[in-house]
Amino acid sequence: MKVMALTKRILQQIARDRRTMALLIAAPILVLTMLHLVFNGEDYVPKIGLVDLPRSIESQIDDTGAEIHVYSHEEDAMKEISSGELDGYITFVHHSPGITLEGSDPSVNSAAIKWIRSAFEPLQESNPKQEIEISYVHGSSDMGSFDYFGPVLLGFFIFFFVFLIAGVSFIRERTTGTLEKLLSTPIRKWEIIMGYVLGFGLITMIQSTIIAWYSIYVLGMLMEGSFWHVLLITLFLALTALTLGILISSFANNELQMIQFIPVIVVPQIFFSGLFNLETISDWLSWIGPYTPLYYAADALRDVMVRGEGFPAIYLDLLLLLGFSALFLLLNLLVLRKYREI
Amino acid sequence: MDDNVCISIRHVSKTFGKHQVLSGIELEIKDGEIFGLLGPSGAGKSTLVKQLAGLDTPTEGENFLFQQRMPSLSLMKRIGYMAQADALYEDLSAKENLQFFSTIYGIRGKKQRERIREVMELVDLSAHLNKRVANFSGGMKRRLSLALSLLHEPELLILDEPTVGIDPVLRRNIWDAFYDLNKRGTTIIVTTHVMDEADKCDRLALMREGAIIAVGTPEELKEKSNTNSLEEAFLAFGGE
Repeated sequence: MKVMALTKRILQQIARDRRTMALLIAAPILVLTMLHLVFNGEDYVPKIGLVDLPRSIESQIDDTGAEIHVYSHEEDAMKEISSGELDGYITFVHHSPGITLEGSDPSVNSAAIKWIRSAFEPLQESNPKQEIEISYVHGSSDMGSFDYFGPVLLGFFIFFFVFLIAGVSFIRERTTGTLEKLLSTPIRKWEIIMGYVLGFGLITMIQSTIIAWYSIYVLGMLMEGSFWHVLLITLFLALTALTLGILISSFANNELQMIQFIPVIVVPQIFFSGLFNLETISDWLSWIGPYTPLYYAADALRDVMVRGEGFPAIYLDLLLLLGFSALFLLLNLLVLRKYREI
Repeated sequence: MDDNVCISIRHVSKTFGKHQVLSGIELEIKDGEIFGLLGPSGAGKSTLVKQLAGLDTPTEGENFLFQQRMPSLSLMKRIGYMAQADALYEDLSAKENLQFFSTIYGIRGKKQRERIREVMELVDLSAHLNKRVANFSGGMKRRLSLALSLLHEPELLILDEPTVGIDPVLRRNIWDAFYDLNKRGTTIIVTTHVMDEADKCDRLALMREGAIIAVGTPEELKEKSNTNSLEEAFLAFGGE
């Protein structure tokens, strides 16, 4: 009977906490829907350039299943690869075809190679022994998926933990009454927020350094660029996670409710961070990407770690991350007005 | 306006949504008084003292402290506030808690060490300075909270149910500390729902359902209502 009484009480409690109930049902639905949309998306259509191919060959190529661009000079095609307009191009030197791929995303590489092989099938019938030579601008054929996903996961985990820990400790501050005690002193609201940013900023600096160091030097994650640039990006990302975590914690009454925000605020970001090819995600979902901080951090991390780019390639991403942090900071100040007007 | 008025509450009302918590409060508290707000829980005592501490604002009316309108950051330096719940960082030691809050009040260096020693002596916790707060008993936490609100030598001390859940011996010790501070010129506001504690105040306001039903010294209140105890007086003023 005691067990039944306890069961009843627990059911009553959950029934009264409507948010917990909504999350128990809505969050799995949300995540499952997104996974469905991401994995059942359209096939990737590779963007292939044809550089100065002999007329006879160009006319024989079956162009279904790819976006074809025609160039007369190799430099033009190369430029398009750098700007991301092209996944690879085909040249014809000494009567044998050569393929050059952008190379940083293994799934795009294989889509491009697959298409090229089928497109050249009719040609190979007349000349069966011909091998196609493939070269990569970034990475290589032995670059694993992990090398491409690595930078995204690195950013994600830093974001996730900073978000959670900052949020939970701010909730503690509220529920133990120390926030009220703090606000009864002549401290200014921005001083409280800045105190948090600095305190956690230091902690996350150590955290980011260790995680980045471990991933690169222990796990052997591909690292073409500078370690300092990676640290700079993760620090900026952590700052965004910190300010967002504190902001979100204002809408939670306890630690459990903070955790409930993870599937809504944190997990979906991973779908738009380049872990899955954005072009194959349904159009009515893919627009969210540019509104998530992880999108920019992952882009910058991949630029540095996979493509070996320097500061000019990442400064815009860093600026946007800083913009997110500034916005969240401002909102935090507004939310703190709830506890003290001045 | 009278020079020795410390707090002046002018026609203060507060509503949360449709719920009226305070209605038309008018009250003056003089410099150097120990003033008690007596009433059952839910009477609006905490809401009123939170406004005086600058943590809340009235929906209608105004609060003046030292002839200045609340809330104001410069006034907050002159107030010590102790909430109903012990607001302590349990992972830290008593000393670390005291150091944190005194630094926030701008007390540093030698002065800080001096003040920490003084307030810990006052609340009789000197022996436990380096202990972690998580290992403190309930009474010790209460006294440490009091010590924290005394660090900056406030002219006005606002205490929300300071002795709730504390044994009689300890309660007397805490009241001795209040008398001690009061002798040195500190004005003290105490909320309580314990009648015999209210007897220790210089003057009292009886609160019920967000309104003040009577103000006066404990003796005046008993006399006016023709009763022998504050409890009976409270019932008489409440019209029951």
